[in-house]
Amino acid sequence: MPESATGPVVLELREVAKSFGTVVALRSSSLTVRRGSIHALVGENGAGKSTLIKIVAGVYRRDAGDFRFLGDDVDFHSTAASKAAGIAVIYQEPTLFPDLSVTENIFMGRQPLGRGRRIDRAAMYAEAESLFRRLGVQIDPRRPARGLSIADQQIIEIAKAISLDASLLIMDEPTAALSGVEVERLFAVARSLRDEGRGLVFISHRFDEVFDLCDTVTVMRDGEYISTDPIADTSVDQIVARMVGREVAELFPKTPAPIGEPVLEVENLSSTGIFHDVSLTVRAGEIVGLAGLVGAGRSEIARAIFGVDAYDSGSVRMLGKEVPRRDVRAAIRAGVAFIPEDRRKQGLVVESSVARNVAAVIRNGLATSGVLTSAAENRASGPWAARLEVKTSALDMAAATMSGGNQQKVVIAKWLATEPKLLIIDEPTRGIDVGTKSEVHRLLSDLAGQGMAILMISSELPEVLGMADRVLVVCEGEITAEIAREDATPEKVMHAATRAARPNDIPPATTVEVSA
Amino acid sequence: MTSATVTGAPPAARTYRAYSHSWWRRTLLTREVAIIALLVLVFGWASANVANFKSPLTIYFLSLDNAEIMLIALPMALVIITGEIDLSVASVVGLSSVTVGLLHQDAGLSIPLAGLIAILVGVVAGALNGFLIAYVGLPSLAVTIGTMAAYRGLAVGLLGTTAKTDFPLKWTDLSTQHIGSTRFPVIVLPILVLIAVFVWLLHFSTFGRGVFEIGLNDEAAHFSGVNVARTKFILFILTAAISAFAGIYITLRSGNARGDNATGDELKVIAAVLLGGVSIFGGRGALHGVIAGVLLIGVIQSAMRLQNETVNVINIVIGALLVLSVMSTSILAWLSKQRARRAGLGTLRRRQAVATSHPER
Repeated sequence: MPESATGPVVLELREVAKSFGTVVALRSSSLTVRRGSIHALVGENGAGKSTLIKIVAGVYRRDAGDFRFLGDDVDFHSTAASKAAGIAVIYQEPTLFPDLSVTENIFMGRQPLGRGRRIDRAAMYAEAESLFRRLGVQIDPRRPARGLSIADQQIIEIAKAISLDASLLIMDEPTAALSGVEVERLFAVARSLRDEGRGLVFISHRFDEVFDLCDTVTVMRDGEYISTDPIADTSVDQIVARMVGREVAELFPKTPAPIGEPVLEVENLSSTGIFHDVSLTVRAGEIVGLAGLVGAGRSEIARAIFGVDAYDSGSVRMLGKEVPRRDVRAAIRAGVAFIPEDRRKQGLVVESSVARNVAAVIRNGLATSGVLTSAAENRASGPWAARLEVKTSALDMAAATMSGGNQQKVVIAKWLATEPKLLIIDEPTRGIDVGTKSEVHRLLSDLAGQGMAILMISSELPEVLGMADRVLVVCEGEITAEIAREDATPEKVMHAATRAARPNDIPPATTVEVSA
Repeated sequence: MTSATVTGAPPAARTYRAYSHSWWRRTLLTREVAIIALLVLVFGWASANVANFKSPLTIYFLSLDNAEIMLIALPMALVIITGEIDLSVASVVGLSSVTVGLLHQDAGLSIPLAGLIAILVGVVAGALNGFLIAYVGLPSLAVTIGTMAAYRGLAVGLLGTTAKTDFPLKWTDLSTQHIGSTRFPVIVLPILVLIAVFVWLLHFSTFGRGVFEIGLNDEAAHFSGVNVARTKFILFILTAAISAFAGIYITLRSGNARGDNATGDELKVIAAVLLGGVSIFGGRGALHGVIAGVLLIGVIQSAMRLQNETVNVINIVIGALLVLSVMSTSILAWLSKQRARRAGLGTLRRRQAVATSHPER
């Protein structure tokens, strides 16, 4: 575990306040980041982390409080000013110019000039190569940014920050979309930046990462500073308690439920280059966890079952009846519901109202003699929104105005309204605050208790281990292990998920024929 | 902020208001109503100030001259709401006109039969557009620029520079007849029927909900079971079929089947649709606005024509109006953003506070 930091202070915020109109986003927030330190900033969604970061980045200006950077009082009017001062912010999903090369992206707006004010490409590539060498990553500086993984895109943002010689790097949930290996690489880069004497701020909802990477942790709640501690002196329970202002009894409360007949039976499902020979069964009352690294093919398997994507061979049966391939409506009729990974792009139409989103799938049944009215949609969606305790003032509010957790409730309401027999849920709690998270977990547990079959994809091991009756591990498009709840340990799951790295550790699973 | 109540127990009877604003704010403070108000204003002003505008003939010619724009604007609005566009409509009008002319005059078919075949030709033309856009996945702008040239070329090629002008009086008269003793021509009847059909289709059917969702987020629509490709395919067929019907009307009304009939009308249709408040980016729009948009352009044209303005001046005025109306959306959006920055966030948080403060079970 890293030592607590004692270097000179890079960034100091004291009692910073920010209001939007009559609403207070930050009451009194403080943060002190030192050189050679990785500082975790944690808090529930809405705690004010983003507002604080945006003040540092020059997006907003504070109303009150002290803001010192490298010992000087500063007041940034623009993001350019904050960048010039040496602050770099790396967002969860970087925005690169896809058609420009990696190098051109790094030097956008400040290309080195050669003779006759022409861009000196040779110098640019040489500089990019040396940056990547320093970071210890292998990315071709000449390749276009299009098609790079999110992990590589973040590395490019970091390279940009280093080339600007930023003394403070802020990473806003950088690991949310990364797989285990990619997280490790990012952490290695972050540690080397720390050792160069830069200050880093790391925002994450994943406590294992916070404890692995950071040396100091600051907790925020409701726009206020709560505490700052050396990581070594605190614990997950303590931090969670401070974040929510109360003790969270149990994060993952799957209660045992009687397990019934098979609902979903998938046999030998294959799709060239994506997944291979996948067989699985989900029974009534059972939660089956689909674990594995990001990019292993878990979401793709779910999408094929639901009919969003096609597959090449194999079969999908619901309650013994074949479900035609690539036909979403048929899957819905057969009783399948699918809550996708990307809420804002796939789960709901964010610009549409709560009522229309909740009624989106059931609306065929709401029309009377072919006429569908908003009143009918409102009547049908109200009770489902209420059941999920969606927080909205009115049913015609656009989903875009809501928090991530509330949006997820809208998506869940929309699919529960179809009264499904099988619920496929992909990353049920990604980007959701702790309180809503446990609500979602309780809900899944209750639904299983009422006899629903649930197939849950999750990249968070504690979630999989806590919720699933059975864990299926996917690696490179194949199911590499089936682990019963009693036997499931993080080690077993991780070994199966990285089968390629350690082929001898895992006994071959019964449902899988291993291909070369 | 979050209530960590157990969802397992039967839920508390929580109810929601259906709307966050009163009905007049929802219905009156809209772009559509602004266009309708402008239409009423311009109509009132012209009635008072433009000589001869009050004559019953104004309405008659207004209906007659703008019928094909109104007809095609209805399905075009739906196409644009899905985020696509169809530039080939006027070429389909020409193709349909030539088809009717040739089949009636050279092949000796009756007008209804020739018209039916012309509409089938339209369906085929629309199906080709729709297939390339919805199933092959090509961009509609490119596809319909291509078919705009192709269908027009076909139409002109079939007939050369000549025109077919020999149509039975019974049919040409029908196209310009009044309905009974009213001041409206007969073509208003099919227009009213189609308006009813399209209002139902867009605003009161599950198909229409899908149309909006495709325009806002086609991926989420697909994930909710909306058949995105089929919806677009149907819309392109509908658009071309109605364009073909408009082609028959134009032919009979002018007594003139030519390959270059309705050249340039695609832009008039699109201008009217956008003026009526439909977003060119898709996802937004309403048919009462579109209808008002078509009428507004028509009223301005006929008023200015009665003032002896030239076509060029009329075009400049309508062009400026369109740009202003599109700008007004941006200006309004900017204004409401400023308001939201100052106070809107406040209301949002207050609402959240209200939502959170319901009694805990």
